[in-house]
Amino acid sequence: MKARVHVMLKDGVLDPQGEAVKHALGTLGFAGVEGVRQGKVIELDLAATDRAAAEAEVKAMCEKLLANTVIEKYSVEIA
Amino acid sequence: MKAAVITFPGSNCDRDLAVAFDKAGATVTRVWHKDAGLPDGTDIVAIPGGFSFGDYLRCGAIAAQSPVAAAIKAHADRGGYVLGICNGFQVLTETGLLPGALMRNAGLKFVCKTVTLTVATRDSAYTNGWAKGDRVRIPVAHHDGNYTIDADGLARLKDEDRIAFTYAENPNGSTADIAGVLSANRRVLGMMPHPERVIEDAQGGADGSVLFRSLISAMAAA
Repeated sequence: MKARVHVMLKDGVLDPQGEAVKHALGTLGFAGVEGVRQGKVIELDLAATDRAAAEAEVKAMCEKLLANTVIEKYSVEIA
Repeated sequence: MKAAVITFPGSNCDRDLAVAFDKAGATVTRVWHKDAGLPDGTDIVAIPGGFSFGDYLRCGAIAAQSPVAAAIKAHADRGGYVLGICNGFQVLTETGLLPGALMRNAGLKFVCKTVTLTVATRDSAYTNGWAKGDRVRIPVAHHDGNYTIDADGLARLKDEDRIAFTYAENPNGSTADIAGVLSANRRVLGMMPHPERVIEDAQGGADGSVLFRSLISAMAAA
């Protein structure tokens, strides 16, 4: 079973890298980019076969390590 | 006074930190990150600067899960002293021993220069060698020193007088110009600037030596 974790800065936390990317897109002539937020995607290969148990375990991984919940939010997809 | 200086893979200020403690009169033991325990009688744990585990995932995140991190947390929970400098500060926020988080510098550039700090409180073993408001010159060298904390957390730090140092000119976008913060019991200090790099005049300044000397005399008196 595969899991995909999306980690993003929380709304309201300034994302300096996203701002720099937005600025660079403007420089390249892409008009109308009103905001850019940069995050990360983490893919996990899991031995688990139970979907709900896998999701609960990945959420625990996010809380403990994969995301810093002081500044980041996360979402989990099980596939 | 016994100091334990931790080394993670990628730490690079561990030797300088050990020298700073040694010159200030401490007995220093070097501790590898896989050691599950600290030496008996450790008074202070020092977590150095560098790029532990290559800054993978987030700065300090992997180090915060290493075997020695559990021993450091237990030491702090017993009321022990812990000093984290630069990457060490990042490790301390990742372990939850200090509030907030250190994000990418607002200017996105690695900042490496000597900066002026204001001593924001003298109410700690680390800062009581200065007067509140003293200006000191200490180098910074980091890419992720943008201290971030929510409004409630910042209000708490201010109410409890836990901001140790602020930048005279903010180099990284940190909230409220914060350069270093203390734990609630004032025994855990995290700071981005490197006091261990200015401990004698041959290094271009000795302001950092005040921190180590006052810490050791405070602990000797205790």
